[in-house]
Amino acid sequence: MDFDFSPEQYTLRDEARRFLEQQCPTSHVREFIDDPAGWSRDLWKQMADLGWMGLAFPESVGGLGQSFLDLVLLLGELGRAVAPVPFLSSVAQAGQVILRHGSGDQQARLLPGIASGERVATLAVAEGAGTYGDAGIETRADADGRLTGEKRYVLDAPAADLFVVAARGPAGVGWYVVEDGASVTTQRSYDITRPIGSLTLDGTPAERLAVPGLDPGLRIATAALTAEMVGTASKILDLSVSYAKEREQFGRPIGSFQAIKHKCAEMLTDLESSRSAAFYACWAVATDAEDVDLAVAVAKSYGSDALARLGGEGVQVHGGIAFTWEHDMHLYLKRIKTAEALFGDAAEHRERIAVLAGL
Amino acid sequence: MDLSQSPSEQSFRAEVRAWIEKNLPEGWGTPAFKDPRTFEERVAFSKEWEAKLAKDGWVGIHWPKEYGGRGATYMEQIIFHEEMARARAPQLFINFVGTNLAGPTIMAHGSEEQKQRYLPPILSMEEVWCQGFSEPNAGSDLANVQTRAEDRGDHFVVNGQKIWTSFAHVADWCLLLCRTDTSVAKHKGLSYLLVDMKLPGIDPRPLKQITGDAEFNEVFFTDCVVPKEYLLGEMNMGWTYANTTLSHERGPAFLGHQIRFRNVLLDLFKAAQNTKRDGIPVSEHPVFRQKLAGAYAELEIMRYIGLRNITSILKHGRPGTEGSVAKLYWSHMVRRMQELALSVGGPAGALDGEDAMGRGQWQRGYLMSFAQTIAAGSSEIQKNIISERVLGMPRGETWAPREKR
Repeated sequence: MDFDFSPEQYTLRDEARRFLEQQCPTSHVREFIDDPAGWSRDLWKQMADLGWMGLAFPESVGGLGQSFLDLVLLLGELGRAVAPVPFLSSVAQAGQVILRHGSGDQQARLLPGIASGERVATLAVAEGAGTYGDAGIETRADADGRLTGEKRYVLDAPAADLFVVAARGPAGVGWYVVEDGASVTTQRSYDITRPIGSLTLDGTPAERLAVPGLDPGLRIATAALTAEMVGTASKILDLSVSYAKEREQFGRPIGSFQAIKHKCAEMLTDLESSRSAAFYACWAVATDAEDVDLAVAVAKSYGSDALARLGGEGVQVHGGIAFTWEHDMHLYLKRIKTAEALFGDAAEHRERIAVLAGL
Repeated sequence: MDLSQSPSEQSFRAEVRAWIEKNLPEGWGTPAFKDPRTFEERVAFSKEWEAKLAKDGWVGIHWPKEYGGRGATYMEQIIFHEEMARARAPQLFINFVGTNLAGPTIMAHGSEEQKQRYLPPILSMEEVWCQGFSEPNAGSDLANVQTRAEDRGDHFVVNGQKIWTSFAHVADWCLLLCRTDTSVAKHKGLSYLLVDMKLPGIDPRPLKQITGDAEFNEVFFTDCVVPKEYLLGEMNMGWTYANTTLSHERGPAFLGHQIRFRNVLLDLFKAAQNTKRDGIPVSEHPVFRQKLAGAYAELEIMRYIGLRNITSILKHGRPGTEGSVAKLYWSHMVRRMQELALSVGGPAGALDGEDAMGRGQWQRGYLMSFAQTIAAGSSEIQKNIISERVLGMPRGETWAPREKR
């Protein structure tokens, strides 16, 4: 019985933290916030040089042949840094979907660019219905694979040159790859560290990925998001605790007041329980565990609520200073609130749990 | 990450499962079985059940073989609790203090004579133990114990009062934490006695609880003469020994508890499916459906937390950060689940006992759930521990009366 990461995985985490602290301080993150389509190509290039993009892809497509579990702690670090790069969407979501749903030939054509960082891919799932499952997919694929429909809330859409689109074809719902011809509209993202866009498809040529259905791909994408969320939340807690130790009122650090200490203890409880759930979900998707559907729905429903709550309390612990634009807290808060809403919010995943639990 | 079981763990699980199947009380778990509800019924029932466990060596399986245990590994203990829970077998009740608290403490700090004297009758179920720690003014602040044991040469004279002492009125022996030196810091003047409950001057008075049952007691000690041989270890080392006892309050039963809570929730799901609101089952009512699914998610997470804790204990010999938050997490989870259970019945939540949904099990469960956030370190104490020891936040200023400030 070993429900923990390996020493090598922790080493990578520590290296990633050091690297991001140096190369991606919030001053760097802030360089992109006035440009709704902006993202850090410099940072992306350095990450590619470190080999991060290829980590969990097979060697045959230029990867390092590790597993999805090797991405989990790394995603957490990128979430901690609110790094303005499309790693989650391209590598951990779209890339993993192609890996699980693509034929050998499709993988060989599509993955090398993603694994090297030369291409940026992203998933296009949600539509007007706002849900992430078969029922919410109205985009049509005709017999030639041409797609027609509107996709919304596409992470990193302005950065992407490869879209993996959930659409309904003659044989049911599945994933389609669009390389050219999609019309992308950049939208204003609430998470100012991560661009978002919508996609208009109007008879747009696409190629269906070989393995039908949205899962396991969508589950993996959702689990990856929870891993990132835990990282962002851990940063919020760290900032809050250090601020509470330094900030003095009434002649003593506010962190000596039980009102603040107990709030921080509750934040840690929310963090650690969400972390346990995210890790379990990631283990389950990586190993195709029997209870994988449940594990992912548990992690996203609970994490959405608990980590957004943690984010709000982080602002509260800081008081007025966190209400300013200059303070970084809003960067993290907006990241976590946006993540709460995407890839199925708490209510959507709880309904899934209800069905799985036999209610 | 590897969550698989070794072949020896699998065969141990099969052995436990087979024993339980063969030995569960007749009719157990069927509607015909009238499970014990009052304290007296539960004591009688558990004495019989736990004696059966003891006879086949399933009591104190974590004890070393030299003291009559099985020397079960940590994983085996976990499996034992899981299987007992899965079969909804009765929980260790009357002999909990003896096997889980008294035994390990005496093994760690007792003399050879004491081990020979006290350990065998615990395993054989011949002697029942209670834990005399808490007092009216020593709850969360346990080191503030005021019960005095005056050293009179060859014996102590004990005066004072204990409270929340489970089973004291049916116990043969008591783990008694008491003050033997008033001149030193409060946690340095405590000693640990093993006291015969039949001694003159001990008066346990059952304390009727919030549920109407009397499971625990106030215990009054009045000029009680306690022989010196009842002292555990050394004088004034009681605080250290007490911490040994407390460290055994929680342990490998965590995942077993999770399964028992899961059984409760699955019962609640059934009740929600069988109860109608506006003509549709409560389980299909969107608001309740969300809440029930939310409870299911929280319960699953308790299991994941348990897996992390176990991993940490196997790797490092102690639970990590997760250990200190686990209790805070699950105790409030249980509170929320029991609150939800009462609300599922709608106005039927206003009834109790035989007239109520589930013969009053939800009403009782709701009240009992408060024990989880109060006992074994209240949530407020847990939050102090977490914020100070895990997050490294400053200790609060010591309160002083206004004129001294």
